[in-house]
Amino acid sequence: MSTGKSSTPLGKVRGLGSAHEGGNHWLAERFGAVALLLLSAWLLASLLMLPDLDQRTLAEYLRSPMGAVPMALFVITAFMHGLDGLKVVVDDYVHHEGNRIALHFILTMAAIGGAALALFALAKIAFGAA
Amino acid sequence: MTPKHPRPLSPHLTIWKWGPHMLVSILHRITGGALTVAGLAILVWWLVALSGDAAGHARFVAAATHPLGMLVLVGLTWAFWQHLFSGLRHLVLDIGAGYELKVNRFWAVMTIAASLFFTALSWAMFMGML
Repeated sequence: MSTGKSSTPLGKVRGLGSAHEGGNHWLAERFGAVALLLLSAWLLASLLMLPDLDQRTLAEYLRSPMGAVPMALFVITAFMHGLDGLKVVVDDYVHHEGNRIALHFILTMAAIGGAALALFALAKIAFGAA
Repeated sequence: MTPKHPRPLSPHLTIWKWGPHMLVSILHRITGGALTVAGLAILVWWLVALSGDAAGHARFVAAATHPLGMLVLVGLTWAFWQHLFSGLRHLVLDIGAGYELKVNRFWAVMTIAASLFFTALSWAMFMGML
C-alpha cells in the first residue's frame, strides 16, 4: 500500500486507483524504462556494428565483458520492465481480485523463468562452454 | 482493499473518441505487450540457440529469415520504436508538460511518424550490412 511520500493526497483519500497501491511501482517502472532505453541503444548499436551476425561472431562478442555484461543487464531490465507493464495492464482490465492476484503470480513466474533461461544461456556462452 | 466508492478504472476503450492521442495511448500498451510476450520469447530463443549446437542455431536462423519470421521481426521493430517514442512522450507528460490540446496531438502524431521512419531506417541499415 503506497501511502508514502510518492502518493498524492487525493490518492490517499480515494483508495489509490485500480491497483490499490503503487507509488513506488510507478517510479520503478520509469527508472527501468530509462535504463532499458540505454541498454536497447547498446544492443542495437552492437547488432549494427558487428561484422556478421553468425553464431561464432555473436558468441565471441558475448564472451567479452563488453558484450556479456550489458546483455545480462538488458535481459534483466527487459524482463523487469515487461513484467511491470503487464502487471499494470492486468490491474486495469482484470477486476476480480482473485484473478488479478493469480495473474500477477503467473506473470511473475513466467518473467523469472524466462530471464533465468536467458541468463543461463548467456552464462554458458560467456564462460566458454558453447 | 476495495474502497467504499470504487474509483473509475482506465481506460474505457468504448467511450473514448478515437484520435491520435487515444490511438497512441492504446498502442503503447499493445506494443509493450507484444514486445514483452513475443519479443522476449524471441530473445530467449536467440540466446539459447547461440549457446547450443550449430543445428539448433540454424533452426533459429531459418525461422528468423522465413518471410513470416521477417514479418514478425519487422513488426516487433516497429513496436519497439513506437513504444520507445511513446514512452519518451509519457516521461514528458509525467512531469506535467505537454497537455495543451494542440501540443498533445502534435507529439502523438510525431511518435507514429518517428516509429515508422526509424523502422525503415533500422531495416535499411540492417539489410545494407548483410
